[in-house]
Amino acid sequence: MSMLHLHYDVPGDDFTRAGEASGDVKHKLKRLGYEPDAIRRVAIAMYEGEINMVIHAGGGEATVDIDPDKVDILLQDHGPGIADVSKAMQAGWSTAPDNVRSLGFGAGMGLPNMKKYTDLMEIQSVVGEGTTVHMVVNPGQKGS
Amino acid sequence: MKVRDIIDILKCQVLNEGALDEEVKTACGSDMMSDVLAFVKDQSVLLTGLMNPQVVRTAEMMDMHCIIFVRGKKIHEDVVALAKQKDITVLATPYRMFTACGLLFSNGLRGGCDIQ
Repeated sequence: MSMLHLHYDVPGDDFTRAGEASGDVKHKLKRLGYEPDAIRRVAIAMYEGEINMVIHAGGGEATVDIDPDKVDILLQDHGPGIADVSKAMQAGWSTAPDNVRSLGFGAGMGLPNMKKYTDLMEIQSVVGEGTTVHMVVNPGQKGS
Repeated sequence: MKVRDIIDILKCQVLNEGALDEEVKTACGSDMMSDVLAFVKDQSVLLTGLMNPQVVRTAEMMDMHCIIFVRGKKIHEDVVALAKQKDITVLATPYRMFTACGLLFSNGLRGGCDIQ
């Protein structure tokens, strides 16, 4: 059992709300006294994931388990899935439509950025079924 | 410089007042929030021409305390309301991006990149 278990529904139909869950996690980590660097790494990685779920998958769910030595983030969606995960991990590679770029996203930096800011990142994706992204941030490790 | 100084330098309208006496040393200018999330580190001011609530969310995640909207655009009240909730200063300048960045740079604000 983790110290704090959080669950969020990430709505897929409202772009303006993308980031609400990440903002809430950031706020809670701050209140719990985590170091600023770890808080920022969690916030950025989870926010990128949230944006991805809204842009590509029609929303999803986020589950966050907070412990003193680790923040565990699980993002699950039932979107179209990623056909080639290794390609999607390349910086600059994006399938986002133009309307997403006009919103300031879709530069192909989301997944590489999530990997950069976390200590562990795993993607499981099945085309037609959905994608699960598991990320771990260990406070005191890595540094952005 | 202080956030308060930016208001004078860029002839800003203040849409949400956060900590105006906060000292700021670095800034970044971008319309791509993806790039801000990928490349920015420790910059406290964001200049942008993009206007949606994700600008505020991006600033929040990056611990930025001041957003400057360039080109004198009309800012939607939703954006300002979210910034208020997150305690982020929101300014609007009539200058375009290039000029706004140049004015702040020539007054001592830096980009915070390694090559500077």
